[in-house]
Amino acid sequence: MIAVIAFVNAIFEPGFFTSEPVRVALVVGGAVSLVSAVVGVFTVIRGQSFAGHSMGDLGTAGGSGAFLVGANPLWGFVTFAVLGAGAMELFGARRPRGRDTATGIVLGAGLGIAALFLYLGTTHSNTTGATITILFGSMFVIGTSMIPVFVLLSALALGIVALLYRPLLLSAVSRDIASARGVPVRTVGLLYLLAMAVAVSLSCVTIGAILSTAVLIGPAAAALRLTRRPGLAIAWAAVIGLAVTWLGILLAYDSYYWPPLGRGWPVSFFVVALILAVYVAADLVSRNVARHRGRVVSSAEGPAGVGGRAQPMLSPVAGVD
Amino acid sequence: MNETARPGAGREEILSLEGVSLWLSGREILHEVSFSLHSGELTGLIGSNGAGKTTIFKVILGLETPTAGKVLFSGEARPRRNRSIGYVPQSIGLDPDVPLRARDLVALGLDGDRYGIPLPSRGRRQRVDEMLQAVDAQGFADTRVGKLSGGELQRTLIAHALIAEPRLLLLDEPLANLDITSEQEVVGLLASIAKARAIAVLISAHEMNPLLPVMDRVVYVASGRAASGSTEEVVREDVLSALYGHHVDVLHVNGRILVVAGKDEVHHTGPESEHTAVPRGLG
Ligand SMILES: Nc1ncnc2c1ncn2[C@@H]1O[C@H](COP(=O)(O)OP(=O)(O)OP(=O)(O)O)[C@@H](O)[C@H]1O
Ligand SMILES: [Mg+2]
Repeated sequence: MIAVIAFVNAIFEPGFFTSEPVRVALVVGGAVSLVSAVVGVFTVIRGQSFAGHSMGDLGTAGGSGAFLVGANPLWGFVTFAVLGAGAMELFGARRPRGRDTATGIVLGAGLGIAALFLYLGTTHSNTTGATITILFGSMFVIGTSMIPVFVLLSALALGIVALLYRPLLLSAVSRDIASARGVPVRTVGLLYLLAMAVAVSLSCVTIGAILSTAVLIGPAAAALRLTRRPGLAIAWAAVIGLAVTWLGILLAYDSYYWPPLGRGWPVSFFVVALILAVYVAADLVSRNVARHRGRVVSSAEGPAGVGGRAQPMLSPVAGVD
Repeated sequence: MNETARPGAGREEILSLEGVSLWLSGREILHEVSFSLHSGELTGLIGSNGAGKTTIFKVILGLETPTAGKVLFSGEARPRRNRSIGYVPQSIGLDPDVPLRARDLVALGLDGDRYGIPLPSRGRRQRVDEMLQAVDAQGFADTRVGKLSGGELQRTLIAHALIAEPRLLLLDEPLANLDITSEQEVVGLLASIAKARAIAVLISAHEMNPLLPVMDRVVYVASGRAASGSTEEVVREDVLSALYGHHVDVLHVNGRILVVAGKDEVHHTGPESEHTAVPRGLG
């Protein structure tokens, strides 16, 4: 019993669960990462990682702009990311290549504005605080008053993804099949970009604009290594997103007591490091599973088995009539 | 080419194109294309690269609107949400990351256009299993779609298109990238599907060869113009020469037919080396 308490105390520094900022960080940070991870599954399979990254950079422009006018950065992030989503869709042609070009153009414009705002912000207030907050997030300084807003926006993004679940999967397989079935692929694409804009804005506030991509893409990419089912991929991504963020917060809190600095490391650093670790682990696991499966199949097939997988023979009319 | 009802058909007309022309970016891509498809029949849409085969599919699917002419489904205008057409596109450039097993892709054929998250249901599972069995896909039902071989993916996509019980099945070059064995398997499968389910099947191809044993009708396309009818009616020197706008020879070699550009012809947009063969016992 005493050993357990000692163990818990060794992991959780005193005051971890009683500290208000930590509790807010656990709730808001956790929710935000979960949303990003879930939305990110479709970002990866739709091949829109570049758009996701650009949203983070656009967020930088919005966040720093909000800082300049004294508004809450969250609103700046959301406004710019959503406008960016609209612009990407507007300029984006039907082809994926055209879409990337459009994203690049919007991204360039966003970065220009961000540079201007950050410059103005820094020279104006004579401090780098704004820059640091925008770029690296501020998980521990989110006020309780913001919780409802975070919850609402999270629900919005998750709601859109839930609503579009099947059309998104179908158009990831083939845009042509989806539109032949009557799916309004452009509207679905635009709504999805909107969900992505909201998710990225939320993680801009907590994890920071430059690291938001990691939270969007990382857990999803790891999840896609672990399963080939759509529902499970989303569940895995959610669990990984939540776990790395909570663990990151814990480590960041602990790091206040770490030598040599003794003044704490940023949460974002831990979260991103953990995501990388999880991805590498997931990749190793999937390779091992694949190799293991291959061995089982080929030994079961015996010497006749070629190429690992059984080729079912099909007589021309088999099984149909 | 006139539509002549085949003797003993008594089959229902599922789709008809009537004088369909289509202009895209100032070019006439289709010129007065007319043909009809009937239940239980397999029709080949034959033509070389750029002839207009994929465009004809897009017109049927409503993804392109004809500049002139009509597309009629059982004599009526197109319903807005068309579940009665199954479609397998020419190539689908599948992202290997897509988290779908073959069976998930087939299930999306059932309700992939619906909104919200599907509840797992026994009936749904059962229909998917039946469909997988019908195309002999149980062996790879749990394989990630990005890892399927060309023939396996083709069968999965056919199951995906069939599960919604369409009355018309469109396949754009389903035989491209298949070896001869898979080619014969897929052709046999499609022919038996057309008969057993009494649906109209339209298959595009560069080559008639593999389709000839099973094809009830042919629509031959060249530079956006089409001739249709039975193979004997269409694959003839006079018909194809008129279609191409210059002389072509139709040669019978060892029970096969080769369609080649006429000797004295100036190099033109013609069928330079199109091999087509007529099945034994036809004509
Ligand atoms: N949106 C478009 N705008 C302009 N021209 C087009 C468009 N779509 C197709 N075309 C042209 O129409 C012609 C027919 O194209 P289509 O894709 O239907 O040919 P196809 O018979 O399917 O050829 P392939 O065997 O190579 O698939 C081509 O010359 C193509 O360049
Ligand atoms: Mg084509």
